[in-house]
Amino acid sequence: MAEAAIPRAAEHPPYLAHHFSDIEQQNEAGTLGMWVFLVTEIMFFGGLFAGYTIYRYLYLPGFEAGSRLLEVQFGAINTAVLIGSSLTMALAVRSAQLGRRKALIGFLVLTILLGLVFLGVKFNFEWIHDYHEHLVPGMGFSHPGPHEPAIQLFFCFYFFMTGLHALHMIVGVGIMAVLIAMAARGKFDGGHYSPIEVSGLYWHFVDIVWIFLFPLLYLVGGRY
Amino acid sequence: MSAAVAEAPAATRVHYLNADYGVKSWLLTTDHKRIALLYLGTITLMFFVGGTMAVIMRMHLIDPAGALVQPATYNKLFTMHGIIMIFFFLIPSIPAVLGNFLVPMMIGARDLAFPRINLLSWYIFIVGASLALYSLVAGGVDTGWTFYTPYSSTYSNTHVIPMALGVFIAGFTSILTGLNFIVTIHKMRAPGLTWFRMPLFLWAMYATSLIMILGTPVVAITIFLVGLERLLRVGIFDPALGGDPLLFQHLFWFYSHPAVYIMILPGMGVVSELVTCFSRKKIFGYSFVAFSSMAIAVISFLVWGHHMFVSGQSIYAGLIFSLLSFLVGIPYAIKVFNWTATLHQGSISYEAPMLYALGFIGLFTMGGLTGLFLASLATDVHLNGTYFIVAHFHYIMVGGAVMAYMGGIHFWWPKITGRLYPDLWARLAAAIIFIGFNLTFFPQFMLGYLGMPRRYATYPAEFQVLNVMSSAGATILGIGYLIPLVYLFWSMRYGPIAPPNPWRAKGLEWQTPSPPPTQNFDVTPVVTEEAYSYGPPEAAREAAHG
Repeated sequence: MAEAAIPRAAEHPPYLAHHFSDIEQQNEAGTLGMWVFLVTEIMFFGGLFAGYTIYRYLYLPGFEAGSRLLEVQFGAINTAVLIGSSLTMALAVRSAQLGRRKALIGFLVLTILLGLVFLGVKFNFEWIHDYHEHLVPGMGFSHPGPHEPAIQLFFCFYFFMTGLHALHMIVGVGIMAVLIAMAARGKFDGGHYSPIEVSGLYWHFVDIVWIFLFPLLYLVGGRY
Repeated sequence: MSAAVAEAPAATRVHYLNADYGVKSWLLTTDHKRIALLYLGTITLMFFVGGTMAVIMRMHLIDPAGALVQPATYNKLFTMHGIIMIFFFLIPSIPAVLGNFLVPMMIGARDLAFPRINLLSWYIFIVGASLALYSLVAGGVDTGWTFYTPYSSTYSNTHVIPMALGVFIAGFTSILTGLNFIVTIHKMRAPGLTWFRMPLFLWAMYATSLIMILGTPVVAITIFLVGLERLLRVGIFDPALGGDPLLFQHLFWFYSHPAVYIMILPGMGVVSELVTCFSRKKIFGYSFVAFSSMAIAVISFLVWGHHMFVSGQSIYAGLIFSLLSFLVGIPYAIKVFNWTATLHQGSISYEAPMLYALGFIGLFTMGGLTGLFLASLATDVHLNGTYFIVAHFHYIMVGGAVMAYMGGIHFWWPKITGRLYPDLWARLAAAIIFIGFNLTFFPQFMLGYLGMPRRYATYPAEFQVLNVMSSAGATILGIGYLIPLVYLFWSMRYGPIAPPNPWRAKGLEWQTPSPPPTQNFDVTPVVTEEAYSYGPPEAAREAAHG
């Protein structure tokens, strides 16, 4: 095999890691890495979706009864909040591309706030309410009636799926906070915004999971 | 070895091993080569922990009434042996050690795409392995490595939760390693290294990584649900609460059958490297071998139901899974035929790595063919749950995966450590392992065929002769594994200095000094030819190349 010196990029910006030959390779690797990670996330949630589907098929009346016990208005508000946060995230990426630092920080802060509103509604108005109604499996679940075991299964999946989703939201909020700190220190410019773009992919993915969870848990069969 | 590639002895040159010293320089390293060595140490420890349990089991089974331990202890022994060997040795073995070391070197890159994630995945592995070992010393687990519900979730009184958590956490090591390999192979190949010039080891690692990222998340969430069910007493899989235990088996085998291919595919990649090097020939049918790896990755996700033929799965599902399981034999057969054709008229030499490779081909073929017995619905009803299954998967896992791992370690040892090991001892150990392995596991085929069930601490007296043979073989096998441990350790300090390319092998990793510099290559290599261009065996051409 022949060996030849490859001319290294003349300038070596501080954000280029030592093992990449140029910034384009680094950005492509980061983006592909996030897409591959999202594939693993789809499989991760996929196991739960498969379980939900099978039990819904086995225990349709129970799952419909369980769905009717959820507070649909809070789910709907949260859906709107989350879609709004996707918009602010997209605007943050756009601001980063244009090198507008203040707008970038502003949109990231908005994204965090919307994320926190979502989590607040989830914890305060939904899960606490469910707890008082004895709808949390493993913590005094009780809903006497013909479908009690199936309703408990429904709530198992409801809490695992929305809980796992909320965990991803919390991680996302943490990532946004780091990005804001980096942006405030001027780490990004119009030529270097890959971390924002990649984090945006993650945020949109978390949104999309909710777009599937909301109808499956709150709407389908139960009420409408 | 020609003089042209001779160079300053490793001791005076700066390379990845002596570039920095101290515990901190190892524990905080992001160098893929050092991380590979961290994995090597960790999984070697786990291998001998799991092996010790196997030895205790075989000693116990010398007597039909059981010679050593209580039946409850025996249940824990086979469970812990399986969990540790599968999740903490075989799955990380070739990918995390050889793959970590070789993927960047073989593609001419300076490191994996995400070096810090690579280090993180080792720490995740340490946390998982620590939980598993904690569960072991706290009293063990007796559910079988498969964690079948509702036994694991409701009835077992052993330390299921720390063990399940350990397996769950260790799964993220697989996911992150697979992610890293996929991105690295896609984006960081050296100039001129097209997909079809890549060594077949990389194709195998790529296919393995696909299985890792697609399968591992599913088993992770499944094991997590078992843990939650046990902790909160809710009924995802508990039939008493409306759950479906078969759903657990489906979700578990959806990952755990492809996991078999996570363990064997990297071994096939190693064997493709060894067979070509030691027969001095280009691989026969490169693209067939490459695509068969990808075919295995795809079909592996469609055959999980053959673990459930007698579990109450629908007979029609069973028929389809049986057919698909036969299909997966085709890409395996392609590989075996192509290795054999590569050997044909090659200039074969029998160095230690080649002995392991040849052992792999023979033993894997036996394991694969007996797999067809089990993929047939009718014979599986008779053989399921017997020692036939135990023998079958040990021919794949030990005769296949471990043989290839040992062959790979011996092949790349001079590159990894810069030292040569004593060749005679290495060949002797390979022969002892081959003999010990067959003596251990061939009698188990017969035991299973005669109807001896697996996972029992006692057995009828008429099975004793074969069981004693198997136990005797296990002793030989154990000695066979201890010998390399001794001489490989010895060679790290006292072995002769290795030249850059002791086997005159092709491949980018041999074009850089042994051990490699921290940046792997002093200049980024450019690839101008296909893999395995060993050419005609005439020595003249080799010499001309220098």
